[in-house]
Amino acid sequence: MLTTLAHFISASIIQGTPLLYGAVGEILTEKSGNLNLGIPGIMYVGGISGIISGYIYERSTQAPNPYLCIIITLLSALIGSALMSLIYSFLTITLRANQNVTGLALTTFGIGIGNFFGGSLLGFFGDSGSIALNATGAAYKASLPFASKLGLFGETFLSFGFLTYVAVVVAIIASYIINKTKVGLNLRAVGESPATADAAGINVTLYKYVSTVVGGAIAGLGGLYFVFDYIGGTWTNNGFGDRGWLAVAIVIFALWKPKSAIFSSYLFGGLYICCVYIPGLTNSDKELIKMAPYIVTIVVLILTSIKKKRENLPPASLGLSYFREER
Amino acid sequence: MHEKTHEPLIHITKRAFLEPWKALIVRICAVLLALLTAGLFIVLLTGLNPLEVYAEMFKGSFSTNRKFWILLQKTAMLLCIALAVTPAFKMKFWNLGAEGQVLAGGLACTACMFYLKDSLPNWLLILIMIAASVLSGIIWAIIPAFFKANWNTNETLFTLMMNYAAIQLVSFCIAKWVPNGSGVLPILNSSTKAGWLPTLFEKQYFLNVLIVAVITVVMYVYLKYSKHGYELSVVGESQNTAKYIGINVKKIILRTVALSGAICGVSGFLLVSGTGHTISTGLAGGNGFTAILVSWLAKFNPFIMVLTSLLISFLQRGASQIASSYQMDDSISDIVTGIILFFIIGCEFFINYKINFRKKEDK
Repeated sequence: MLTTLAHFISASIIQGTPLLYGAVGEILTEKSGNLNLGIPGIMYVGGISGIISGYIYERSTQAPNPYLCIIITLLSALIGSALMSLIYSFLTITLRANQNVTGLALTTFGIGIGNFFGGSLLGFFGDSGSIALNATGAAYKASLPFASKLGLFGETFLSFGFLTYVAVVVAIIASYIINKTKVGLNLRAVGESPATADAAGINVTLYKYVSTVVGGAIAGLGGLYFVFDYIGGTWTNNGFGDRGWLAVAIVIFALWKPKSAIFSSYLFGGLYICCVYIPGLTNSDKELIKMAPYIVTIVVLILTSIKKKRENLPPASLGLSYFREER
Repeated sequence: MHEKTHEPLIHITKRAFLEPWKALIVRICAVLLALLTAGLFIVLLTGLNPLEVYAEMFKGSFSTNRKFWILLQKTAMLLCIALAVTPAFKMKFWNLGAEGQVLAGGLACTACMFYLKDSLPNWLLILIMIAASVLSGIIWAIIPAFFKANWNTNETLFTLMMNYAAIQLVSFCIAKWVPNGSGVLPILNSSTKAGWLPTLFEKQYFLNVLIVAVITVVMYVYLKYSKHGYELSVVGESQNTAKYIGINVKKIILRTVALSGAICGVSGFLLVSGTGHTISTGLAGGNGFTAILVSWLAKFNPFIMVLTSLLISFLQRGASQIASSYQMDDSISDIVTGIILFFIIGCEFFINYKINFRKKEDK
């Protein structure tokens, strides 16, 4: 029983980690008033950028160095997803395009990029078979050497690859920056009322750009985690599924607070897989249980809108473009 | 004496008005630039002559009679969902839940086919299926609208979540109906054709296209000439104005979103009864999202939507033709669609705003 529970907890953490990256990235973005619905697409691009660069590196050498594997794929995932959010930022901030429409187009584009390169990468290099970046996958999965010796505790909490812990650290840093620093105060001001922030001398455009691009890059790491740590350096088209939207849901569930996103992501990760651990379920029951994260999110959305407690509401200017001369 | 002024190099102002023909030129330029970029992208990957690539794209839709009808069918389905989201959109209700509403409609329709089979005459069964689809589309749409109207709950996120609830509901039903656990519902009633929309003029999709064409005209009249259409556009422009002139805002929101859901239900019906005769979670195939872009690009005008949905379907068909001719992944169509959308979305800026450069100072 205890072992099953331990397995369940560690499986929830594994499932929740990509969601956590996506959610923290989206929180940072939304704090500046940008509702980036391109997050699912960005996460695909983060994953495929890692795969492409890792593939080129592993193909070029006989004995891939694990540290180089990680550095190369990590950097390309960050760059790839930052470029994606730069497209979004340019269209919505500089060209003041509608955020919903731009975000959805970005998701279509990003998922297309992921599946296209994932599906034709080998063909471009004249190789056959399927993508299997075992060396990079192993490098990402490497855990602390003594973790397995610590029994159940080690297995449950210490047996993960480094990106799992980075996700938590990133969430805590994001929370600190947003709530405790002047930069965070300015960022929140931009998201609540860009006109007021502008009048106070805050560079609204800069804040929106930086938070959206950094947020996108963080979200991209979720895709990277998925392709290397979770499935060990392979690619299946649409394998990432709708986790990107689940990350958007967590932002609401966590009430725009990065620290709550940590717990929420693991909870959603648990809900995502709990049907495997409950004995005696039929296939149809499993599908019904998978609906839970979305229903829970909807309930939270309704409750917060009815209660209207100021600190639980989305940033006031969320979804609106800012044009200084508009009244 | 020099008086220094610190005028910025570029200064952006909002345009009061741009002549329609100028706006049209901007949009056409954007589409051309987009096609150029997308073409460049494909050429860089394949090393082919760009003209060859475009010729191949054209083949995807027009080389055979069958391909042409597939293009018409795809356009009609995309257009139908775009028409569905338009009234809600015009009211500034961001319905991102078309995908789910189509699924809800399709699911109700499939359930009728599955349970009623041939216990009823076909015409009655089809009528029941239409009613069931429309009703479930309405239910799926009205839930977020109810909370939006009463507590101003964020409808963008709400409708988005409803999509995934619908997807899981469909998986649930498929798992219930197909006990072997394969998760795939085979084509229903293929011997009796119970609940299949009849084939007219020996074209399977003729009736689908016809129904959508009728909805297009009706929607145009509804938005432009009816009192309902006027009321929803007032609510969209300013809720305060609407309240001031005595419009019941809550009622309009519920009514308009219900209409939106009803048409989504109809598309679900057409996709099941008139097209696939079965259901999967990919029934709407992302069209729920693409439809939003189609409607927005056409500035909510149903007749222009015919063109925008035709453009997008043409590109998607063309891109998959390229993919199959040159052994590439089919998803290239999503990339091309994305590029086109970025350019068209971006070009709106040059229609709505004017860029003033700093004039040379007079000495």
